Amino acid sequence: MTKPKIATTSLAGCFGCHMSILDIDERILQLVELVDFDKSPVDDIKKFTGRCLVGIIEGGCCNEDNVHVLKYFRENCDVLIALGDCAINGCIPSMRNEIPLKECFDEAYKDGPTVYNPEGIIPNDPEIPLVLDRVYPCSEVVKIDYHLPGCPPNADIIWEALVALLNNKPLDLPYELVKYD
Amino acid sequence: MNDKIISQVCSTYNNNKTRMMDIVTTLNKQLGGIDDESIDLIAKATGSPRVLVESTISFYSFLSKDKKGDVVVRLCNDVVDNMQGAKEIKEVFEQELGIKCGETTEDGKVTLEETPCIGMCDQAPAALINETVVTSLTKDKAKQVAQDLKGGAAAETLVKDLGDGNNANDLVKSMVNNNVKKKGEVIFADREDNVGLKAAIEKTPESIIEDLKISKLRGRGGAGFPTGLKWAFTRSADGDNKTVICNADEGEPGTFKDRVILTEECNLLFEGMTIGGYVIGAETGIIYLRGEYAYLKVFLEDALDKRREANLLGKNILGKDGFNFDIRIQLGAGAYICGEESSLISSCEGLRGDPKTRPPFPAQKGYLQTPTAVNNVETFCSVARILEKGGVWFAEIGTEASPGTKLLSISGDCDNPGVYEFEFGVTINDMLSESGAKDTKAVLVGGPSGQIIGKDDFDKAICYDDLATGGAIVVFNSTRDILKIALEYMEFFVEESCGYCTPCRAGNVLLRNCLENIVEGKGQTTDLKYLEELGESVQFSSRCGLGQTSPNPILSTLKNFKADYEALVKEDDGFNPAFDINKALSVAEDIQGRKSVIFNENH
Repeated sequence: MTKPKIATTSLAGCFGCHMSILDIDERILQLVELVDFDKSPVDDIKKFTGRCLVGIIEGGCCNEDNVHVLKYFRENCDVLIALGDCAINGCIPSMRNEIPLKECFDEAYKDGPTVYNPEGIIPNDPEIPLVLDRVYPCSEVVKIDYHLPGCPPNADIIWEALVALLNNKPLDLPYELVKYD
Repeated sequence: MNDKIISQVCSTYNNNKTRMMDIVTTLNKQLGGIDDESIDLIAKATGSPRVLVESTISFYSFLSKDKKGDVVVRLCNDVVDNMQGAKEIKEVFEQELGIKCGETTEDGKVTLEETPCIGMCDQAPAALINETVVTSLTKDKAKQVAQDLKGGAAAETLVKDLGDGNNANDLVKSMVNNNVKKKGEVIFADREDNVGLKAAIEKTPESIIEDLKISKLRGRGGAGFPTGLKWAFTRSADGDNKTVICNADEGEPGTFKDRVILTEECNLLFEGMTIGGYVIGAETGIIYLRGEYAYLKVFLEDALDKRREANLLGKNILGKDGFNFDIRIQLGAGAYICGEESSLISSCEGLRGDPKTRPPFPAQKGYLQTPTAVNNVETFCSVARILEKGGVWFAEIGTEASPGTKLLSISGDCDNPGVYEFEFGVTINDMLSESGAKDTKAVLVGGPSGQIIGKDDFDKAICYDDLATGGAIVVFNSTRDILKIALEYMEFFVEESCGYCTPCRAGNVLLRNCLENIVEGKGQTTDLKYLEELGESVQFSSRCGLGQTSPNPILSTLKNFKADYEALVKEDDGFNPAFDINKALSVAEDIQGRKSVIFNENH
């Protein structure tokens, strides 16, 4: 029997959630016994090599590439997990949602106190993905099957969730792991 | 510049910060708006923290910091008004005045706004112009009104023909009509004033409570708490000062029955409140009158004065030694939440209309921490009648578990909208045929916080154990889109949530957005389950009655009109159809002057 496959990606996030995945420490050895990693920054595979059981998404969607990747994951994964607060509700990146995009650009590239840009250029290479009007949580773009909250979610939460999912068991998280106040 | 006016108004209310509502509503009327400087002055005069003054002003929709026009036109945008052409009326006003809703004309004469139900669904579309009510608007009428206002006419001069009954009274002078379509044995019966009160003072408070228990009278506001029990609790609660409050803040869209009681039977109400004072041992009575009914205030004040002259209020009432009771009117300022009893108490105390945490219940600690009985207008009227005719008489009207009559405000798609006094137990079918409703698809029972029912339930009866209602009935015929109606009611709750607790503040927005997607054809089958689960969470976890009932337009239509939803939603394919990549990219495409490379082919 072939092992199920897992894919991960970081969209509009800080890679902190991926760091938290690595924080499962030596249990990663157990994990690779259970699964193979497909498209993921962990192994730098760029394109899906086949159907995946689980797709883990860090970050929400702030630009068109994020949307493209997220849809790509939805098409290739049976189960999508929104990992961390950015994926779930936009979190820090979505603080710009109350400010019109033009003002964000002007502040970042022209008017900010530390900006030196005498020609007033806003980067516009076709290679640069276009920015969306606001930051969207993943669930507003595709169907998300599970949400794991936290900024970042504790490594134990990620571990417990994956183990439960792979063994087809209900997830039982102790209160201490999911309380954030 | 305003110092004088402000100090004068504050001292009228003894610089008492618990009368903040009166201070700020009076000043708002005189100054057109209460700016930062005025807020400072009020805070100083009343010894109240500045933030409390400002939070009160910012909470109520009839109060504002910005100066508004000399005349503020508030167009009612309730579902029933919209069904009868309110949107066209709005266009006429916007066109004639040359402004959009929310704006003020350049000469500062007129401000145009929209407002939820103003209690005139039986004569919709209607508008509130300052305190003057303008009813049954047509496009021509609206044009005339707008032109008159542009020419500088005062709001009162817009009333050309007076309404029936006391609406034509010199102190009311309103074009509102009562539209009493059916009289019953309790409220709109032939009777003599004050017989109940005179009978009451011959009895002990305990035996009156016994009468009320025999009558099995339950609260008429909708929740149906037994009145005898509530008064017994309040009577036995610790505290020397006690308070009787009448909830005349009928803000539930589609209800207008209290308006008619206040116009035609206010003495019956005052009588019931006075009996309440006698029973629980209270000397203070307050009527919380919704701001929309301000046009009745002078008339009601006058009726109270006459009662004081006749020793029906004041000290040693009707010669009964030590029986002191008086009533003041507390005017609201446009907040639906203030119909919720603990918010209403907050408002009477001069605060934002925030609900309070229970326990303690108002019967233990209510208005200014005193034991307080809050009852509906109709409940007090019923009490007076029970004292007149006896608990047994009352218990024999209506049904076994729901005795008495119920005033229903019927409006929408029926030939005879108005107030009907039915005995409890009347079925929806009977009610529909009596009000001349034809081809009925759905009936809203109890306002948006009640339920929207379909044909299968038309044989159900109005009573506490079948269809409980505060009295709002709106009829929809087969041409109406029930989901769009539910959406309008959700908009209403989003607007009226006080924002204190998250389930209600955020949950209602999420519910509204999801329903909006479905109505626009961007919904999925999984959304139905989402709506149901989220709706139940909002109901379960909200702090007060608003959030505990606000998902009802969705939950009741999901139950009774499932097919309407199913016809609109698509099978779930893993992608969210409400997400529009073209729209999401259009801003950046405009700024950067190029099209998306990734999504260009899909454009």
